[in-house]
Amino acid sequence: MKSLAEVFAESLMIDAASVVDSLAYQSIKEWDSVAHMVLVTALEDNFDIMLDADDIVAMSSVAKVREILAKYDVAG
Amino acid sequence: MTGDLSGRVALVTGGTRGIGRAIVLALAGAGATVFVGGRSAEAVEAMIATSGAADHLHPLPFDVADPAAVKAAFMALQKQAGRLDILVNNAGVLKDAVIEMTSTGLMAETLATNLTGTLTCCQYAVRLMGRSGGGSIINLTSIIGRVGYPGHTAYGAAKAGVIGLTLSLAREVGGRGIRVNAVAPGTIETDMTAGIPDDKRAALVERIALGRTGQPEDVAPLVLFLAGDGARYISGQVIGVDGAMAM
Repeated sequence: MKSLAEVFAESLMIDAASVVDSLAYQSIKEWDSVAHMVLVTALEDNFDIMLDADDIVAMSSVAKVREILAKYDVAG
Repeated sequence: MTGDLSGRVALVTGGTRGIGRAIVLALAGAGATVFVGGRSAEAVEAMIATSGAADHLHPLPFDVADPAAVKAAFMALQKQAGRLDILVNNAGVLKDAVIEMTSTGLMAETLATNLTGTLTCCQYAVRLMGRSGGGSIINLTSIIGRVGYPGHTAYGAAKAGVIGLTLSLAREVGGRGIRVNAVAPGTIETDMTAGIPDDKRAALVERIALGRTGQPEDVAPLVLFLAGDGARYISGQVIGVDGAMAM
C-alpha cells in the first residue's frame, strides 16, 4: 500500500515533497477538478475504500483528506 | 439486434418482480452477469432460485433510499465483479393519493426511492464505469412523468425528475463513454398496477392505441437494446413503451 503522499504525488503528478497538509484543492494548477477525481479513484484503490459524494466535496486539502481517511480507519 | 453481453456486468435495482425481473432475465439471457437488487434479501434469493438463470445472477439486496446502503452495495459489487457496465435504475414505489392527502411522509418516501435513489446509484455507477471506459445507464421513468395522472402528483414529480436527471447526466458523462437513457413504460401488468379497479383499467385501455395493457416482457427488450452496443450512439433519450398511449 502506498502512502497518502505517494498517492497524491502520483495522482496530481507533483513532487511528493510538496504534498503537505496545507496544500489545498485548486491552490495549484495540478489539483483541478479532473485531477480531483483521479485522486479519488487512486485513494479508493490504494486504501480499499469507497468514498461518497460528501467525502469528495469535503476533500479540500491534504489535511482534510487525512481526516476523511481516518473515518474509514485508514491511516494516511 | 440485442447483441451479446457476455463479459458485461449489470446491476438492476428492484430486480425481484415485475419489470425489473423481466429485465434481469433478459440481460442474463444475453450473457451478462447480473447483480439483482431489491430491498428484501429473501426476495432477491427467491428470485434467483426460481429464475432458471442462477449461474448469471448475484444477489445484492439493498434499499436505494438509504445512501449508506447504496454505497455499501456498490463497494460490494466492485469487490466481487471489479467493474460495472450496465446500471438499470428500476426500483420504485407508487402510492395513490389525491393532492390533499399526499402527506409529507408519502412525498419523502416517493422522492427518496424513485428520484434520489436513482441519482445516488448513478453517482457510484458513473465512477465505476469511468474506470473501464464507459457504460450504459438506463433509468426507468414512467408515462406519468411525461403526461401525468390524477392521484399521482408525488410519483409524477419523481418520475419527471428522473427524466431531467437523465438528460443532464447524459450531457455530463458522454465524454467518458457513458450513455444515459430513460425508458417510460405505460400501463404494464405488475404488482404495482394490480390494484387498478376494472372501470379505471377499461378507461386506460381505451387510451392505448394498441388496445391492451403491456407486460413486463414488453419493456425488457428495449432495456436490453439500450444496454448493448447496438445503441452505441443513443444517449439522452426518453423512450416510451406504452402501446402509443402518450404521443
